Amino acid sequence: MENDAVIAFNEGSLNLLAAAPEAVLAIGSLALLMIGVFRQNVAGAQLVHWLTVGLLCFAGIVAYVGGVDTQYAFNGVFVSDGVSRFAKLFIFFGTAVTLILSRAYLLRANLMIFEFPVLVALAALGMSMMVSSADLIALYMGLELQSLSLYVLASFRRDSVRSTEAGLKYFVLGALSSGLLLFGMSFVYGAAVSTEFTRIAEVMALGERNVGMVIGLAFILAGLAFKISAAPFHMWTPDVYEGAPTPVTAFFATAPKMAAAVLMVRVLYDGFGPEAIPDWQQIVAFLAAASMLVGSIAAIGQTDIKRLMAYSSIGHMGFALVGMAAGTEAGARSVLVYLAIYMIMNLGVFAYILTMRRNGMAMTKIGDLAGLWQRDGFSALCLTILMFSLAGIPPLAGFWAKFYTFGAAVEAGLIWLLVIATVAAVISAFYYLRLIKIMVFDEAADEFDSPMGGEFRIVLGVSAAVMLFFVVGGLGITGMAENAAMIYAR
Amino acid sequence: MEIGLTHYLTVASILFIVGIFGIFLNRKNVIIILMSIELMLLAVNINFVAFSTHLGDLGGQVFTMFVLTVAAAEAAIGLAILVCFHRNRGTIAVEDVAMMKG
Repeated sequence: MENDAVIAFNEGSLNLLAAAPEAVLAIGSLALLMIGVFRQNVAGAQLVHWLTVGLLCFAGIVAYVGGVDTQYAFNGVFVSDGVSRFAKLFIFFGTAVTLILSRAYLLRANLMIFEFPVLVALAALGMSMMVSSADLIALYMGLELQSLSLYVLASFRRDSVRSTEAGLKYFVLGALSSGLLLFGMSFVYGAAVSTEFTRIAEVMALGERNVGMVIGLAFILAGLAFKISAAPFHMWTPDVYEGAPTPVTAFFATAPKMAAAVLMVRVLYDGFGPEAIPDWQQIVAFLAAASMLVGSIAAIGQTDIKRLMAYSSIGHMGFALVGMAAGTEAGARSVLVYLAIYMIMNLGVFAYILTMRRNGMAMTKIGDLAGLWQRDGFSALCLTILMFSLAGIPPLAGFWAKFYTFGAAVEAGLIWLLVIATVAAVISAFYYLRLIKIMVFDEAADEFDSPMGGEFRIVLGVSAAVMLFFVVGGLGITGMAENAAMIYAR
Repeated sequence: MEIGLTHYLTVASILFIVGIFGIFLNRKNVIIILMSIELMLLAVNINFVAFSTHLGDLGGQVFTMFVLTVAAAEAAIGLAILVCFHRNRGTIAVEDVAMMKG
């Protein structure tokens, strides 16, 4: 890896090809913006919508054929390697699926305007820049491109108090976290005299700890913890998830989580390097423990399913951080596997939440699911599988996700963290199982509007099937993550 | 007394802390929160420029340019969301941004 870096630096190369997926997305979304501007009606917006789905798929293919070997672009501030390729594939795929799922909602809510898909594409571009960053400036620009698009998306339903309030809360806390992150970066820059990850890692490897570097590391971690909604920086999550339009919530719970977690891996593993593990391990372990406990305990009293999923996502980010805290190759692999599985689970769950409507009104209370088993056996079965998987019950995929993160933590000797993780997993199983109990045993509530659109059925079914059949060789996901994480082998 | 790096860093830290307190202690108006955010970003810029001149490395000043640009975009989006919120709710007092309770 070092050799590749040296070669890239020596050639002083621009190496635009390494950034091909980003170039495709950037040029493509600008073109879509133009199409949207010149066809300002619902049909034009639908066209842009489908073209964006196609663009994301194309960018995914470009990222896939780019290969897993490490390539630097733009004089080493941008890196394309196994980890970034894995993350980009899932980010583009998850974004495309959320776009397909959001179509029906947008049409009903009179929100089918071309800005929506364009903003989603720009957010995806920001995310893929985040996971490929090898420099603090590149990291910041990617993160802000993603965040600024997401602020607008959260308040996309601009005639709704809840949606605009969600956007406002997300904006204020997001801007605060960017401020913390930048403040940390300025100290790291002062200590390392460079913003490049390779240079920062070199300075860390010298052994002496400059106080500026330590302050910077702590602030950067706090800023990133905001972005992945890890406790104690999670306050925005439930409100934003509840207030934002449901397809936007589905988006928030999937691709940006993957991007932010992989970004954190990049900063900690690449940016600060292997020598810095003792410096950040305790902080990450604390974030993990706090998120798992908050996610499992605070979710118990929730009655709104979007809020419940918010706490569930806080808890799940905690479990992913358990793997990250290990600081090893196995740790990086477990984070990638965890996020991929979590994303597929969430897509399935939100596909169903998006169809929960009665007399044209969106239903979000968990009581509305009562007796679903008698009303709609297929959906109830898929949701039951997904809930078991979220709770981490073997042999479903959610169990294997936890299995890998816990394994990485054991190797790193973080036994106390495992004890907390197990307790949190047991507590969180309570509310997932309660949902199943409501669906199976409670007296049936009124029917939801039917029929459920085909795309929702397919996503729900496929997601449940992935959970069931993950045991069969990890469906290739584990293997891919293993190849990707090889860059951290030492 | 010569003004050195420490003085700049102290000023920047004080500004940054003022910014954070402005976000959390202010009970009046969301516009004040936007100003506090701006204050935080400018404190960061002071840090970057101070380090940059002290270390003789241009990277920090380049970063400052990026931060300035993003701060402008951020303020634009923040104000736009605030205008939408004001249209729906008729107020921008901080206490009233509480339809949903966490």
